[in-house]
Amino acid sequence: MSALSSPPKDQFLQDADRTTGDSPRRDAVRKALHNYQSARNRTGATFTDWKAARAAAATIKHEAVNHLDQYLEEFERQFTARGGKVFWASNSQQARDYILNLAKARNVRAIVKSKAMTGEEIHLNEALVAAGFGVVESDLGEFIQQLKGEAPYHFVFPCMHLRRDEISDLFNRELGTAKTDSPEELTMIARRVLRRTYVEADMGISGGNFIVAETGMISITENEGNARLTVGVPKIHVALVGIEKVVPRLADLALLLPMLATAGTGQHLTGYNSMYGGPRQPGENDGPEEFHVVLLDNHRTRLLADPEQRDALHCIRCGACLNVCPIFKNIGGHTYGTTYQGPIGSVITPHFRGLQDWKHLSGASSLCGACTETCPVGIDIHHHLLHNRRNAAAQKPAPGEGLLWKAFAVLMRRPALYKLATKFAPLGSMLHPLIQGTAVDPVIAWTATRDFPEAARKSFRTQFKAHQAAKQQGGVR
Amino acid sequence: MNAPQNDRDAVLGRIREALRIPAPLHHPAERSAGGEPTTAHFREWLPPVGPTPDERLALFTQLSETLRSELILCDSAATAASHVARLASENSWKTLGLHRGELTSAMEPHFPADLERLWVDEGYDKDALEASDAGLTECELLVAQTGSVCVTGPSSGGRVLSVLPPHHLVVARRSQLVTDLTEAYASLAAKYRGQYPSMISFITGPSRTGDIERILVLGAHGPKRLTILLLP
Repeated sequence: MSALSSPPKDQFLQDADRTTGDSPRRDAVRKALHNYQSARNRTGATFTDWKAARAAAATIKHEAVNHLDQYLEEFERQFTARGGKVFWASNSQQARDYILNLAKARNVRAIVKSKAMTGEEIHLNEALVAAGFGVVESDLGEFIQQLKGEAPYHFVFPCMHLRRDEISDLFNRELGTAKTDSPEELTMIARRVLRRTYVEADMGISGGNFIVAETGMISITENEGNARLTVGVPKIHVALVGIEKVVPRLADLALLLPMLATAGTGQHLTGYNSMYGGPRQPGENDGPEEFHVVLLDNHRTRLLADPEQRDALHCIRCGACLNVCPIFKNIGGHTYGTTYQGPIGSVITPHFRGLQDWKHLSGASSLCGACTETCPVGIDIHHHLLHNRRNAAAQKPAPGEGLLWKAFAVLMRRPALYKLATKFAPLGSMLHPLIQGTAVDPVIAWTATRDFPEAARKSFRTQFKAHQAAKQQGGVR
Repeated sequence: MNAPQNDRDAVLGRIREALRIPAPLHHPAERSAGGEPTTAHFREWLPPVGPTPDERLALFTQLSETLRSELILCDSAATAASHVARLASENSWKTLGLHRGELTSAMEPHFPADLERLWVDEGYDKDALEASDAGLTECELLVAQTGSVCVTGPSSGGRVLSVLPPHHLVVARRSQLVTDLTEAYASLAAKYRGQYPSMISFITGPSRTGDIERILVLGAHGPKRLTILLLP
């Protein structure tokens, strides 16, 4: 993957330049996040002990991720016993092929999909459409993004960057509906369009928020009810889930569901939290005839193999770290160029898609630690950004950087040399403006956008000596 | 295209290889003093719920209001049925989807004669259910801490009745109100003894979305209204 040229970085820099200059868009995002923050603060404050809850959530996920093989096998045993089918996919190709093959084998005509970031990750919709299947995203935000032909902006709030008038124009253009500035009317337009698709679809594809090992269930969290319908009405249900989503026990959700809701949207509990254990069981009046779970690795095991950053697999995709990130607020979601945006995306993407190509994301951080502070499962996010920087530099040192540090070490270890350098520094400062910002400027990377600090006229040593002399002479302090 | 090979052994192999090096638990200082957390501890950290049934009901009532669920206390099945009749006439309902349960069956004879009943117990026509005006279900439990209604296939007429019609009516007894999700899961475990229904769903308020400018809109796909009829 790693190439000499670095297109993701170029795209990142260009998009960051453009988006940080777009003040109206930034204001809209900021306003949306302000609503989120006040709701989250309000709900978070009702917890008796958020910190203890967070430590426990981290412990549960730590237990699950560090015994991933055992819990996944337990899930498979339980789920299969209830009539479900499990497919293990090493990569996105295998996952896509399995779903495409199933759709063909069952003569599927229409597919309805609820929100699944794993679907974005493996470019499932593109593959389904290319194979001639109609697929409709049913989550409102995803529906809007699908109409717009654009990737989600935020993995929890897919169209948070769009204003209502833009959505109204989009609906007007694509669906022929009358323009409106009411979010309610816009939602009702989508409701009308989508309701028929649940009844007509013969395959429903979902993601999954948790895999419950103990009972062989997939737990899905949502607000709209679209996932309930997606996996309730069609005759085939496929859930595409990352292997790291496992929790040991069903009762663990009693803690994790409220925490996901609080951190994700500021709700006590999200509108619908549903656990699905198999297809329609004997004696039940409805539900799909088949339920397939695709367990997706797609390089998650690379991250698992790094014990230092393994806790990044604890992530429950609440999106809280994006919502508090000063970088996200300024550059926006699309600039990252990744499926998973924001701080957690910057941590995990280099593991999934190549460190050298994606290391620049770990540099796009003020290291303020707001992400780590807000994370409901205690992932050490901002330190992992530093770990990525370190690993990238160790793997492929920047040209000349090693030499520069060596020279610095020589200078700092030899007082005479250091003294000489401080003598010449003011002269350097005086002459620097003559070449500042030109090709021969040795510190061009810095001075292209900033002033270089001026060296003091008198070094600390000189000043200290003068001070000591004055003290001895005058006998004063 | 042939079905791709199931890469089970390769994935499990990579997992086992990766886990050969143990990983420390971050934030050890935040770990609870009692060692591994158990579900019994969750209650000490989550939002508090009073110990008495009255306090549970008070919190459930308060959360229902915040969530914009409509909670109606009824003294009998007949009273509950009269509320359904009122809603049917106010909203000009033609068809009501429902299933046979102890409470729903007690209510049904009191419904107006011209309100068409769509019974879902023996299977149903999807289009007809989609076109019905409301769905009446029973539930497994109500959860005070979160203001939720827990439905399952066997308790609530299947997967779809509680979510496809635009108005969901739930009828429950006060004794079904539990403290929190921990108690709800324990109660389900005791009832089903490992033979769980294919769906367990905690419904918290009517269907909602904030996808447009993070402004709350009710009735995104599922019910725009959720009415909880609570019997003694």
